[in-house]
Amino acid sequence: MVQIKLGSNILGSNELLARKNRSEFQNQEILVLNLMSSPGAGKTTLLERTIELLNGQLRLGVIEGDLYTDQDAQRIEQKGVQVIQINTEGTCHLDAGMIGKAFNNLPEKDNIDIIFIENVGNLVCPAEFDLGEDYKVVVLSTAEGNDKPLKYPLIFHESRAVILNKIDLLPYTDFSLERFHKDLENINPKAQTFMVSGRTGQGISEWTDWLLEEVNNKKGNS
Amino acid sequence: MHEITLMSSILDTLRESALQNNIKNIKQIKLVVGKFSMALPDSLLFAFEALGQDELFKGAVLDIEEKDTKCICRDCGQHFSLDNDYYFVCPNCSGHKTEIVSGRELYIDYYEGD
Repeated sequence: MVQIKLGSNILGSNELLARKNRSEFQNQEILVLNLMSSPGAGKTTLLERTIELLNGQLRLGVIEGDLYTDQDAQRIEQKGVQVIQINTEGTCHLDAGMIGKAFNNLPEKDNIDIIFIENVGNLVCPAEFDLGEDYKVVVLSTAEGNDKPLKYPLIFHESRAVILNKIDLLPYTDFSLERFHKDLENINPKAQTFMVSGRTGQGISEWTDWLLEEVNNKKGNS
Repeated sequence: MHEITLMSSILDTLRESALQNNIKNIKQIKLVVGKFSMALPDSLLFAFEALGQDELFKGAVLDIEEKDTKCICRDCGQHFSLDNDYYFVCPNCSGHKTEIVSGRELYIDYYEGD
């Protein structure tokens, strides 16, 4: 019997591809955001509102992750931006290899300032896979309850920005803003938080102002 | 659920290494999994049963060592563990500049075989 010492990182091959994506995004000065949430938190609606405010100011690209359908990509396409659909066929997360391929399939990949990756709806698995993005962004909706940061600490800890969506529904839920802010302060004090409603458009301009600033930073710093 | 993806990558790594080292049957595999990673040991064991059907893994035992989540405070140097509540706040100085030193592990430590 022999013992073979490996010490090899299980996510090593994904991390290699993520590094490759990151350096390509860096070379082309593209800001890349990985949007994650549970199913139904409102990622696609948030993206639609975001596109409406940013179109004309920034050159946008979207990579849509979904288990089986292209419904979200169709919604985004109607807004007149470049979009590529990835169907994971049952896999619960996007990985760096899928993003590299999707990026190469964008019709005008040399003509982009910012890419939004809409991950598969899931608060667990996507947090583990680096896609080569600049920032992870987690979207939580008031209807899901304020306990989500504590229940899914990894995704909230890893995210640069946390968006609380469906803020218009707040009076109809038991969601405690106080608990939410307190928990987030303890799990990820550096997170940028935004309170928005994809339905009414409330708070979206604060979010897009931040994106404009981050795109400028990325171009200035590279 | 991504444990299936993780296990499939683990088994590929082992198959390749066993081929290089001329090992025909693996008896034991040792994984190290941090508690702050999102991989559940039970799901990894299930995925191993489902995916490791080839001769190479016949009779192999999968041993998973879990690592606690531990942090260091960059303000005062205090080391501390996180158990149930993932509050990344220093218990000594209440500082927020904390860094994870263990708990995110996901690697194959070693395997044994003939």
